Amino acid sequence: MSRISHADVEVGTQIPEQTFPVRRLDLVRYAGASGDFNPIHWNERFAKSVGLPDVIAHGMFTMAEAGRVVTDWTGDPGSVVDYSVRFSAPVVVPDDDEGAEITVGGKVKAKHDDGTVTVLLTARSGGAKVLAKASAVVRLAQ
Amino acid sequence: MAINPDYLGREYPAPEAYEVTRGKIREFAEAINDLNPVYLDRASAKALGYTDVIAPPTFPVILGMAGSALALADPDLGVDFSRVVHGDQSFHYSRPLRAGDVLSTVTRITDIKALGGNELITLETVAEAADGEHVVTAGMMLVVRGS
Repeated sequence: MSRISHADVEVGTQIPEQTFPVRRLDLVRYAGASGDFNPIHWNERFAKSVGLPDVIAHGMFTMAEAGRVVTDWTGDPGSVVDYSVRFSAPVVVPDDDEGAEITVGGKVKAKHDDGTVTVLLTARSGGAKVLAKASAVVRLAQ
Repeated sequence: MAINPDYLGREYPAPEAYEVTRGKIREFAEAINDLNPVYLDRASAKALGYTDVIAPPTFPVILGMAGSALALADPDLGVDFSRVVHGDQSFHYSRPLRAGDVLSTVTRITDIKALGGNELITLETVAEAADGEHVVTAGMMLVVRGS
C-alpha cells in the first residue's frame, strides 16, 4: 500500500471521495461487533415508535466509513492522532436490497510542523449532511 | 432536569481489563467493511512497523460503550436510555490499539447540561496499557431527547 508523505500535501489537497453502501445486514453485523444493540438500528417498529422515519445506521458506523477515507489516503491506519465528529443527521436505512449510501470526501485544512496535517471531512447520505465538524489529525510519512 | 447534576465528575473504572485480540479486530474490520491488511495480517502490520495487527481508529468505541453503559446503568443518574441518541464522538490516540494489548479503562462523566429541551451528557473513557502507558481517550456526547 502506498503511503502519502507530508511533503506531498498542501493546504487544500483533496482526499479521494468514496461511497459506501449501508444495508440492514451491515447494521446487524456492526451491532454485534461493536456491542451497540440499540433497537433503533435494527427494529423498524421501535425506531418509528420513537419518532424516527425508519431504522437508522449507528453513528459510529458512519464515523468508521468516514475514517476509512482518511486511512486509505494516508496508507497507514495507525497514523490517526485525533479523530472527532458530530452526528448532524441520521443515515436512514430502508429495508430493501439497496439500503442507503454514505458519500465521504475531505481536504487538508492545515499542515503542521510536527509532521501532522488536519483533514476536514464531509459525509452525506440521502441529500443530508450526516456528519458535522468532522476532522482528523494524521501523522504522515516524512 | 432529569439527569442528576451531582454525578458530574463521577468515575467508573471497568471491573476488568479489556484484552484486544486478533479475532475481535478482524470481526470489527469486517463489520465496517474495511479489509485493510494492517487489521488482518501480521506481516502487513509489521511492514508498517507494528508488532502485531492494529485496530481500526473507531475500534475503541467498544471500550467507550462499555464504560458509558456502566454509568448509564446507575438508576440514580436519571438517564432514560430509550431517549438517547449519539451526539458526538472523539478519539485522541497516543498510539493505535494492537492485538495483545490489555487495557485498563476508566470512564468519567465530564459534562451534564440542558440545551433546547434536551439534556446532554458527556463521558470520557481513558484507556491505558498494562504498563500505564496512555493509549487512547474516547469522548462521547449523548443527547437525551426531551419528551
